[in-house]
Formats: sequence, C-alpha cells, structure tokens
Amino acid sequence: MKDPTTYFPGDSLNEADPPGLSAFRSSRRAFIKGVIASGAVAASSGYLLSGCAPGEGPAAGSVERLISLNVNGRIRRVDVLPNETLAMTLRYKLGLTGTKLACDRGECGACTVVIDGMTNYSCSTLTHTVGSRSVRTIEGLEGPDGELHPIQQAFIDELGPQCGFCTPGQIMSTVVLLERNPKPTRDEARRALSGNLCRCGAYDHYLNSVMRAAEVI
Amino acid sequence: MAKDMMTRFELYQPADIAGALELAGKLGPDGWLIAGGQDSLDWFKDRAKRPGAVVDLSRIESMRGIRETDSGLEIGALATVTEIEENTLIKSRYAVLADAASRVASPQIRNVGTIGGNVCQDTRCWYYRSGIDCYRAGGSTCYADTPEGMNREHCLFGADRCVAVSPSDLAPALVVLDASMVIQNKAGERTVSAQDFFIGPDTDIERMTVIEAGEILTAIRIPNTWAGARFYFEKVADRNTWDFALVNVAAAIQVENDIIQDIRIACGGVECVPRRMSVAEDIARGSAKNEETARLAAGSAARGAVPLNYNHFKISLLENLVLRAIRDS
Ligand SMILES: Cc1cc2nc3c(=O)[nH]c(=O)nc-3n(C[C@H](O)[C@H](O)[C@H](O)COP(=O)(O)OP(=O)(O)OC[C@H]3O[C@@H](n4cnc5c(N)ncnc54)[C@H](O)[C@@H]3O)c2cc1C
Ligand code: SF4
Ligand code: FES
Ligand code: FES
Repeated sequence: MKDPTTYFPGDSLNEADPPGLSAFRSSRRAFIKGVIASGAVAASSGYLLSGCAPGEGPAAGSVERLISLNVNGRIRRVDVLPNETLAMTLRYKLGLTGTKLACDRGECGACTVVIDGMTNYSCSTLTHTVGSRSVRTIEGLEGPDGELHPIQQAFIDELGPQCGFCTPGQIMSTVVLLERNPKPTRDEARRALSGNLCRCGAYDHYLNSVMRAAEVI
Repeated sequence: MAKDMMTRFELYQPADIAGALELAGKLGPDGWLIAGGQDSLDWFKDRAKRPGAVVDLSRIESMRGIRETDSGLEIGALATVTEIEENTLIKSRYAVLADAASRVASPQIRNVGTIGGNVCQDTRCWYYRSGIDCYRAGGSTCYADTPEGMNREHCLFGADRCVAVSPSDLAPALVVLDASMVIQNKAGERTVSAQDFFIGPDTDIERMTVIEAGEILTAIRIPNTWAGARFYFEKVADRNTWDFALVNVAAAIQVENDIIQDIRIACGGVECVPRRMSVAEDIARGSAKNEETARLAAGSAARGAVPLNYNHFKISLLENLVLRAIRDS
C-alpha cells in the first residue's frame, strides 16, 4: 500500500482508459475549435463518450439523449450523455466557453451559471436535470448590438478582475444578487459572492464593482 | 482530465415516489439516488463510486415544498437548503434550522443541495472519499486512525474501527428540534426520530443512516414542541464558505423566569452521528440561565472523549461552543 496521504483518486483503478481517449487527447484543442466554429455538435463523439461503445443505446426508461435546452433565451437541440455535466455541455457542445471549468468539484465558482434565477455550479449539475428551466451564461448578458451589460461595464470601470478567470462566475453571482436585492450592503454583496473563489485575491475590487453596478442599474 | 470524467451510468427521472421506489428496488446496490447531486457527483468524478444507474429524484413534485401542518411543519426532502434558509415560518419558529442552513457549503450549493441529500450525505473522511478500501469502504484498515494518519477532522467519540464524523450542518439542528424523518419503501412508510436516523460504525460501518437500499427519505416533520424557543447555532470551520464544520453546535432552550425548563443540545463533527450533549442538558435543566450554569454544563461536554493524534483542539472547541450555546442563546 502506498502512503495514503499521497494517494491520488483513480491511481489504483485497474481500468484502462476508454478506447479512443488517448487519441482524442492530442486533438482536444482542434476538436474544441471545430465545435465552436461550426456550432454544430449534436453528433460529436470521442471526448465525452468515455465508457460508451458506439451505437450503444439507453436502457429502457432511461433518459433520451437528444434534448432541448433553453440557453440565453434560445432553444438549443443537443445530444447529452446521462453522465454529462452542464459545464461540459455548455463549453464543449454549445461553444459557450465563457463559463469556466476549474475545480470541477463545486469548490470554486468559476463555472457559475444562472438557472431559473438562481446561481448554480454548472460543473456539479447533470445537464439532464436542467429540463425546461432557463439557463443564463455570461454570453447571455450583452445587449442586442453587443454592448456590455451594465454589470460587466461596472466590473471594467472598477478594475474588478486581475487575471479574469473567475470573472464570469463573479458576474453571474452579481446578476442574481442585484435581481434579488438591488441595493445590497457591502456585507450582503460579500456573502452573495462568497461561493466564487478568486486565486488572484481581487475580492475588494470585485466588491467595489458590485457596489458601482448597484448604483448604475 | 480523464480522472474528472464520471464513468457511464444510465439516468432515470421518475415523476413520482412509486416510480422511484420501483426503480430503486429493481436496481438494488447498482443504483444510486440523487436529489441535488452536490454530494454524489464528487463520488462519481473521483470514480470512488461507480453506480450503473442513477435515479434523479428531482422531478418528484410531491417531495418539494415546506408546508404547515396541525402538529408543526413538514419539509419535503427535496426542499433546497436556500429554501430552508429563507423560509419565513422556519425563520420565525425554528430559527436554529434556518441559521444552520445559512452556514452550509456556499450559496450555489445551497441553491441546489436538498435537505434530504444533506442528512443522507456520506462522511467527508478524505481517505474514504478518495476511493481507498478502508473499513467503511469494505476493507480491513482505517487509514485515519494510525500514528501518521491525518485525523485533525476526525472524531472524539464513538470510534469503532472507523473514526469518521457526521458532516452535516442541518443534522444537529434537526436533532434538537426533535424532527422525525419520513421514510418510504415498497412496503409502506415509517418514521424515525432524527436522533435515531443517524447511525454509527458500531451499528453499521458502511452506512451513516438507517436508510437501506430501496428506501427513500420523502419528508422531514418538525413538531411544534420547540417552536419559538431560544435557539443557538454556531459552526467553526477553517473557512466560512465551503468548509465542513470542525465542530458545530445547535441548541434549543425553553426558559421561564430565567430558569431553564428544558434544553436540547447536539453537536456535529465530533462523532459519526450528531452527538446529544445529554449530561450538559441534565446539568442545565432546572438551573438559572447564566454564565455559571453554562460553565458547569459545558465542563461535561467532552467527558469520555478519546482524541486522536491531531484533533485534541476539538475538546476545548466543543466545550466552548456548548458554553456559548447555553449562555448566549
Ligand atoms: C464543496 C462542498 C462543500 C460542502 N459543504 C457543506 C457544509 O459546509 N455543510 C454541509 O452540511 N454540507 C456541505 N456539503 C454537502 C452538500 O452540500 C449537502 O450535503 C447538500 O445538501 C447535499 O444535497 P444534495 O441534494 O445535493 O445531495 P445528493 O448528492 O443528491 O445526495 C447525497 C446523498 O444522499 C442520498 N439521498 C439524497 N436524497 C435522498 C432521499 N430523498 N432519500 C434517500 N437518500 C437520498 C443520495 O443517494 C446520496 O448518497 C458540501 C458539499 C460540497 C461539494
Ligand atoms: S475514518 Fe472511517 S472512513 Fe476514514 S479511513 Fe478510517 S474507516 Fe475509512
Ligand atoms: S468548476 Fe464548478 S465550482 Fe469549480
Ligand atoms: S481575477 Fe484571477 S482568479 Fe480571480
């Protein structure tokens, strides 16, 4: 037995990587680019199909793979595996890469999206559980002519982000905060954004941004 | 990245309890229930649990909502932690539960995680969570209870091969409110008090609750008994967000003319089940609600504790939390 403190989950799995996965790794970037360029992804295979032999259908009564998702006010048809998270669907099938994936464990908030008016970690939500509810991502905030949402503008004006990786999540949490509580105190804002980690530690700048956004909208 | 991919499973989304029970019965140990999925998906991503089929309970309307009844309140097992935190009835009558809810995980997890999932969640011992074949996972060793074991978060009481603790913030609050848990299986319905719902390794080392495969927790009932009592909840964790309690305390106290008529105190993070502070309760009951009583009672809180290498600090933490619960409620 190895020293348990240095054990890494999955180390001892006897299972080999699913067929096709290693080949896929090298072409991951090309795959993502292709997906984004074409926007058409329903039939994409490979990456997410770990453990699925081609042509294998669902068991009786299990979910249908081809579903409709309401994302940023548009109905999108998409082929979703039973074990697929919303972050995966948004980023790798719908090309909405503004939603970030970092920890993939519900511990950072980079993947925060809004579902029916509440913040959710999209990395910790199975896409099939979304159903007919509406999903809003950072891409859904801009106006019809591409102008920034006032919250986005406030984040820029206050120099909120440092590296910017956590910013989409911070903004989505702010969207919900200001919908539910348009004039929050700084402490209420701190609490509302407490599920969004920032490795750069730009917390005070983000709070300045939230308070400015609350003034302008 | 491959390690973050869940292995394949079939996903079922029954529309009612009968459908879910039938699936759960048919699937047996190969099936896994999810409500909000906030605890479950981590297991699947780490591939420490690899169910062949997952039953998503979230479409079952009858398990949602928070209702007033003649005898108190009935909370559907699918009520989210945020709903509990914001519910006006819970805030006005059972504030200890709303306060506990406000300290769970993070806003996003509270928006999705359910009260049912919160009380049924598995322990957070990281040896176990990373898929090691320890006692709780069916093996024959505990990796936490060794001279080098990282056991700062582990138990003070009730060790029996396994030294893991109850992770839930809502569980101690439900125990002090004397809640009853409504469990359904194919044969019908049974109710179990919150106190008896949680089980230690001496009863079954592979489960945290009395729920067996094929059973579903459908609701939680809170009696009127403690409505409007004086309450206290405090959680001490490394960070205010995300981190589980090192120790948490929930208390309900009925006071008349400054005398404690009745009192219930329960603590999480010190045993595999929420631990009732029975001796402290006995000391406090019938005494004046003041600093002196609180000190006397709190002095008994850690009696019988058997600390591990790295968790001696939990003894004074526990005593101080019990003291504050009695003094400051
Ligand atoms: C990063 C992180 C931090 C967290 N911090 C905290 C914390 O500080 N405090 C805290 O208390 N919790 C914490 N949690 C745990 C989690 O938030 C809560 O447990 C949440 O309420 C789980 O609810 P769920 O519905 O999402 O659970 P699920 O994952 O859906 O279910 C959890 C377990 O309960 C079973 N289950 C669910 N519903 C039922 C039912 N109705 N009947 C029978 N079995 C059922 C499932 O089979 C599963 O085993 C944390 C989780 C994460 C990921
Ligand atoms: S404390 Fe329990 S869960 Fe953790 S390693 Fe020991 S037996 Fe396993
Ligand atoms: S990527 Fe979802 S919370 Fe970190
Ligand atoms: S700005 Fe870099 S992580 Fe937040």
